[in-house]
Amino acid sequence: MARELMKGNEAIAAAAISAGCRYFFGYPITPQNEIPEYMSRELPKAGGVYVQAESEVAAINMVYGAAGAGARVLTSSSSPGISLMQEGISYIAGAQLPCVLVNIMRAGPGLGGVQPAQADYFQATRGGGHGDYRVIVLAPSTLQEAVDLTQLAFDLADRYRNPAMVLADGMIGQIMEPVEIEPRRPAADLPAKDWATTGTASSGGRRRIINSLFLHPDELERHVLAIYRKYEEVEKNEVRCELHLCDDAEIVIVAYGTTARIARSAIAKCRRFGIRVGLLRPITLYPYPSGAFTPLLERVRNFLVVEMSMGQMIDDVRIAVAGRKPIAFYGRTGGIVPTVEEIVRQVQALAQGGAQ
Amino acid sequence: MPSVIFAEDLCKGCELCVTVCPSKIIKIDTTRVNVRGYYPAIVYNIVECSGCASCAKICPDSVITVRR
Amino acid sequence: MKTVYERSPGLTEAPMHYCPGCTHGIIHKLVAESLVELGVLGRTVAVAPVGCAVFAYDYFNCDAQEAAHGRAPAVATGIKRVHPDAIVFTYQGDGDLASIGMGEIVHAAMRGENITVIFVNNAIYGMTGGQMAPTTLVGQPTTTSPQGRARAGQGAPLRVCEMLATIEATTFITRVSVHNIPRLNAAKRAIRKAFQLQVENKGFSLVEVLSTCPTNWGLSPVDAMRWVEQNMIPTYPLGVFRDTEGGT
Repeated sequence: MARELMKGNEAIAAAAISAGCRYFFGYPITPQNEIPEYMSRELPKAGGVYVQAESEVAAINMVYGAAGAGARVLTSSSSPGISLMQEGISYIAGAQLPCVLVNIMRAGPGLGGVQPAQADYFQATRGGGHGDYRVIVLAPSTLQEAVDLTQLAFDLADRYRNPAMVLADGMIGQIMEPVEIEPRRPAADLPAKDWATTGTASSGGRRRIINSLFLHPDELERHVLAIYRKYEEVEKNEVRCELHLCDDAEIVIVAYGTTARIARSAIAKCRRFGIRVGLLRPITLYPYPSGAFTPLLERVRNFLVVEMSMGQMIDDVRIAVAGRKPIAFYGRTGGIVPTVEEIVRQVQALAQGGAQ
Repeated sequence: MPSVIFAEDLCKGCELCVTVCPSKIIKIDTTRVNVRGYYPAIVYNIVECSGCASCAKICPDSVITVRR
Repeated sequence: MKTVYERSPGLTEAPMHYCPGCTHGIIHKLVAESLVELGVLGRTVAVAPVGCAVFAYDYFNCDAQEAAHGRAPAVATGIKRVHPDAIVFTYQGDGDLASIGMGEIVHAAMRGENITVIFVNNAIYGMTGGQMAPTTLVGQPTTTSPQGRARAGQGAPLRVCEMLATIEATTFITRVSVHNIPRLNAAKRAIRKAFQLQVENKGFSLVEVLSTCPTNWGLSPVDAMRWVEQNMIPTYPLGVFRDTEGGT
């Protein structure tokens, strides 16, 4: 398709269809309702199936079933609904199934608010379900990137037989931008889904079981270790990060998603004031681009982590920096989106106050 | 005469076959235990067997094969 | 001589872990035999519950997915929507279906999903050691109703068939028992019909099978079958509660 002005939620849904997703199971929740609505309209036209589940709990379990049956399948929700899906995501990871999840983050905790936030970083990157597993987490900053990363997520999920999440926020979900969505075939070197439950008649009599239960501890340990060998490959091969104006930067802002976009504008202003500030923008939140920090450690005086939260990604920054340089934090919560001016003031304070 | 064969190692001695047999020809053999530690069920009077296979039908463990 | 009865090829050779006399073994056979008789075993996908039958995927000789507790109807929905030609069934106990999974079963029924649900009702939670179930009878002692289920505070048993029969998009809802041979034969016919309806794309079927839990009821297998007849049937009458297609 040519460039089209689309709302973020719809662009993400259209991107999924363009990547071969033909099954969507979801439940309405603000601010992502345009995703199920778009899917209900467009997926049947593409020969796919849309089911509105009775809850996010049911939706994620439908995803499990469909993924186990070999399909490319999407679900979407927003923070409280993603909480409900955690059990199912743990089962999907434990059973080594591919699926794509979209979280259009809103403010929390609890019922919270419907305005944008980035307070599900812990939930996305530290589980949030039980047991040892990780979710591949992709954080777009623009709508075109949301399209590209949604398409990529399906390949990553299939390649590693693991859930992959597009972690966006209500701003990305609701704004409109021009996007180009080209149909994207699955990568040519993806392994065949010879584990999918399609009936023994189609597998030459070999039974296929989708399962995460291993009652014998040595068997379960072997199983988890095998899953973590996949994560070693993910960490080696799938890190994505953007460095903007970091080559000479003394202050580096670390931000992702919508916040990174605002930070770019702040950086442009600060540069006009002569402040040497740059942006380190993680695109994969798992695997986290820790290695991108290393070359910066010599020149950078201060890192400034900016998040729409009380500080969640900052923990990964602390791990990456390992105490070698100071890390400042600026956050807004409650659904408030920081302004360019707020971030400019933070950078100016750091530039004037020296290392903090 | 029908043949009733017990895959004895699968039997758990639950006695359901004993109760459903209309000819009352099944009993639990308490003189020995099988490999699972249960007293197995046996037919002790095959002559009275009608081959109805009620025993085989009720057996939860598919222990019994009936031929007629 | 010809074979009158033998182990069904719809079951694997694996010895079953169920307690002696547990009706799971019987119900597994009725399901397996039905799938073989209908010629659909090669395109069947079973959805196993959390409960004593969590290992059902070791016993049914077909593809299977293990579901989270209560979620089997949702998992089955996912499978069936991807493979409409597959025969998809869930096999669930009373905790799985009538407690934590109540939302999922009602909505799969609401949508009229073309699946078959086998509901094993033994009025107790077996695998976890005998706690009260939504289907526990008033006055029945369990480990979490040690004085017997009290109507005040713990309510009265849920009749799943009667509830689901009010849902318009369902096709066949029936309650059967396996406590004696005539009831077992009728249960087999009901289960086979439920699968036949799925083969014919006729919609949602549920067969509730009154079952025993000798271990947690504290009864011998034989006495447990008697307990079903004397105590469960008065609360859970056998019969057909919805049948939009008629027939056997």
